[in-house]
Amino acid sequence: MSQRSKTAVRRTLRAFAFELVIYAALVTGYFFAVLHFLGGWLVQLETQHIRVYAVVAILLILGQAVVLEAVTTGLMRLLRGGRSE
Amino acid sequence: MFFPISHAHVSPIYLVVVGFLIGVLGGFFGVGGSFIAGPALRLVGVDWNFAVGTDLAHIVGKSVVAAKRHRALGNVDLRLGLIMALGTIGGAEVGAQLIEVFKRAGNVNFVVSVVSIVIYLGISTFMLWESWKTLARSKRSTAARKSTTPAAKTDDSAFQHVTKAIQRWRIPPMISLPVSGVTISLWIILLVAFVGGLCSGFLGGGAGYIRMPSMVYVLGIPTHLAVGTDLFEIIISASYGTFTHAIKGNVDILIALVMNTGAAVGAQLGAISTQYFAGPKIRLAFVPLPIIGAAIVIYTMFTGHKL
Repeated sequence: MSQRSKTAVRRTLRAFAFELVIYAALVTGYFFAVLHFLGGWLVQLETQHIRVYAVVAILLILGQAVVLEAVTTGLMRLLRGGRSE
Repeated sequence: MFFPISHAHVSPIYLVVVGFLIGVLGGFFGVGGSFIAGPALRLVGVDWNFAVGTDLAHIVGKSVVAAKRHRALGNVDLRLGLIMALGTIGGAEVGAQLIEVFKRAGNVNFVVSVVSIVIYLGISTFMLWESWKTLARSKRSTAARKSTTPAAKTDDSAFQHVTKAIQRWRIPPMISLPVSGVTISLWIILLVAFVGGLCSGFLGGGAGYIRMPSMVYVLGIPTHLAVGTDLFEIIISASYGTFTHAIKGNVDILIALVMNTGAAVGAQLGAISTQYFAGPKIRLAFVPLPIIGAAIVIYTMFTGHKL
């Protein structure tokens, strides 16, 4: 690996460390706020309408992934001065 | 934290850390990581059926994050991914039917274990030989003449002569893949995807351990593109798998959502890291993954404990 690449890797890792701290705070809030409220509804759905639950499960995981990707990319951009990679 | 769908008590921090590790592997190698996620969920007392189904749901989320990042890096061939998804779903169905056949014969555990050990060790041995040979060859040629191309994103393979011979099979319809720089028969793409799907249905997980290498060695897709396209393809096939498992009551989506929060960061880290490594180095680093898978199966076979 060239010196330039090594510097870039170091910079990326440092940005990730900062990102992890901010992200951990966001995720903790997310657990208590969203999952707490969704839990009961999802259990009910799983026991009574399994097919609806299957569709909702896929939509939830896809939706969360898109949002999290946007959040992490935004954080990276913020921490690395406009660049996300 | 209590997860009421699977009735399991699991620490969310544990789930986030496992998700993160699998995310890094997925982003860097284009694999689902089910050979780690399944046993990791079992380890904390999640029932085996929930471990398999929930792992698939988590793979969907992680692959979305990693594939989006790879797409931004220009590492996803959408046309190839969509064609492969068709073959994968067909193969997965045949694989699941094969499981039923061996279940009826009463030897499903033994057959699946032996086949998976042979496949895992075969892939690792072959990739070790090929990437080692390729790296040695490129080192010699670099010493002979100063290379002007950057180290990362370059690709070369000691198996290239076989790949070129496969690409010369003109069985219509021929498909042009400008993003990958390859023109190849549709049937070969479907066959590669079908074999990947067959392994997924028969051995479990997303089967990225066989699809990513076969995209490189059989189809001739550059490694970076194979990783990104495999992830895109996994979104479709794992979504299908999640749906079929969910309607059988095997998915605890709350566990998958928690794991995905860690995977989102890990997958980005893995995907970005691919920029700093050339294709043969990524393939060489891939070698231990199927060996870990084989070790888990051997452990299960000889001790009777499912990890």
